[in-house]
Amino acid sequence: MALLSKKDSKLILDPLADNNPITIQVLGICSALAITAQLKASIVMAISVLAVMGIGNVVISLMRNIIPSKIRIIVQLVVVAALVIIVDQVLKAFAYSLSKELSVFIGLIITNCIIMGRFEAFALANGPWRSFLDGIGNAAGYGLILVIVGFFRELLGSGTLLGYQVLGDPIQKTGIYAIGYENNGFMLLSPMALIIVGLIIWVQRARNKDLIEE
Amino acid sequence: MGLKQNLHKLKEKYRGTKMAPAFNALHTFLYTPNETTHSGSHVRVVDDLKRTMNTVIMALVPCLIFGIFNAGFQHYAAIDASLRLDPLANFFTWDNFILGAWTVLPLVLISYGVGLAVEFIFAVIKGHEVEEGYLVTGMLVPLIVPIDIPLWMLTVAVIFGVVIGKEVFGGTGMNILNPALTIRAFLFFAYPTWMSGDKVWVHGARDMAGQPDAISGETILGSLAQNQEHAYSIWDSFWGFIPGSVGETSTFLILLGAIFLIYTKIGSWRIMLSAVIGALTMGLIFNGVVNAGWIQEGNSFYGLMSETFWHHLVIGGLAFGIVYMATDPVTGSQTNKGKWYYGFLIGFISVLIRVFNPAYPEGVMLAILLMNVFAPTIDHYVIQGNVKKRMKRLKAKTA
Repeated sequence: MALLSKKDSKLILDPLADNNPITIQVLGICSALAITAQLKASIVMAISVLAVMGIGNVVISLMRNIIPSKIRIIVQLVVVAALVIIVDQVLKAFAYSLSKELSVFIGLIITNCIIMGRFEAFALANGPWRSFLDGIGNAAGYGLILVIVGFFRELLGSGTLLGYQVLGDPIQKTGIYAIGYENNGFMLLSPMALIIVGLIIWVQRARNKDLIEE
Repeated sequence: MGLKQNLHKLKEKYRGTKMAPAFNALHTFLYTPNETTHSGSHVRVVDDLKRTMNTVIMALVPCLIFGIFNAGFQHYAAIDASLRLDPLANFFTWDNFILGAWTVLPLVLISYGVGLAVEFIFAVIKGHEVEEGYLVTGMLVPLIVPIDIPLWMLTVAVIFGVVIGKEVFGGTGMNILNPALTIRAFLFFAYPTWMSGDKVWVHGARDMAGQPDAISGETILGSLAQNQEHAYSIWDSFWGFIPGSVGETSTFLILLGAIFLIYTKIGSWRIMLSAVIGALTMGLIFNGVVNAGWIQEGNSFYGLMSETFWHHLVIGGLAFGIVYMATDPVTGSQTNKGKWYYGFLIGFISVLIRVFNPAYPEGVMLAILLMNVFAPTIDHYVIQGNVKKRMKRLKAKTA
């Protein structure tokens, strides 16, 4: 017997590709632009959002029958805020330098529209297990794009990956810097993140024509 | 048979295949197409898109030739300053030409080679005709980059500019931003050390840095931005014997090009004139600020602000941008009234950026790109204003 039923595995796999929160729904763009200059920051951000969304979706789903619909947005905000503070504290305790690097952006997970969107669209209407899968799936879809963008931006912008100088040393002129290669400073600026996301969208829609909207 | 016949045969041979657009483009680039329209309306004109583009290229050729000589001249004059005493006698020499051709022509080849290759690939994949838009862009690009830009950087930038600046929007005629300036802006933000400073404008300055015979070539704008004296007279900058991007130094030749473009009705005189007025206005405002004593000597903006207002027209790339790039019919305003606003703001903002952004002392590139984005908005309001006016007239008549 499979671990997940077909319907459940769709919840996880769909947001990874054909219903990706960033490239299809165009949500969560701000953080995708802001923190993807380094691959490490992208990965930490992806994991943080994964934790917040997985747990948050379950909590909202459990409370869905007792939340008055008039104040549901505020309740959702309180849940996200509480979870984000926990994530923030964990990062400060165990990865201080990283938390400094991400600075305000961990706090700004609260405003990440993917999270509120999933609470509204899914967790309020589904059971905890399915909500959990949906949260994990959407966060993974978000994280995937973050990691792809972070990979290219760090590789082409700084010539490093996770801080390792994979292309050689730009100051000592080793590796491919010896033949005149230079880092692309444009990659470190946010517009380039937007362009990379745009290219991903282009590739995705060229491969799957159903996604092209009229 | 001649070339025409061969091209024709080649085209017939590939008709209907995937490569057809490529051969079609070659054929129509050189000769009038051999087929005629069979139905619908027939309009017979001589200035189709290709001829329009070729006219602009003709207007650019003097700048290119001058740029080739200037590349050599700046290099030798940086080594031996006495050459500057009589620039005219030392300018059109074989030495200058050979060095200049050696450095400038590769830029032209890369620009056209890479850019047209991207165009052809897109045409073949999408199955449409090759678009002529790159003909002018390919000529503009080598004229607006520093002489020593590495060729691989130019290659990357051209691919980026053509794909992101043009093809993603649907090709020639659909682009929002001027492709040549997109390419330059890419280089500018990606490799700032190769695009600004005092080491990039003269051939060899970078390689010789740190050696006893090091040469430097700060542009006039660069010197002014740092409140330094420069040795160039206003006539030097008018004729173009100054360091700068390859083809934009000679205001005189740009002026000739402008007259040619206006005479052939390819370039819009409204945009050119209003941009000049805009630049002069901003220059006058800054001069006024200095005269009023609000900005003292020693202030970091003093050098550029106190520059006589009309000097802004002959230093830097402002003139080149106004004549050849602001007038781009695709990205500029379309309405006559809109052209006045569009041009005026380009000139106005160019000088503004010049003064307040000393890290990047030339502002015309950013100003044109900014106004490219706003051109449709300007047109929208001009058209709406016209609609409103006519509605009112209609109402007055019927009432």
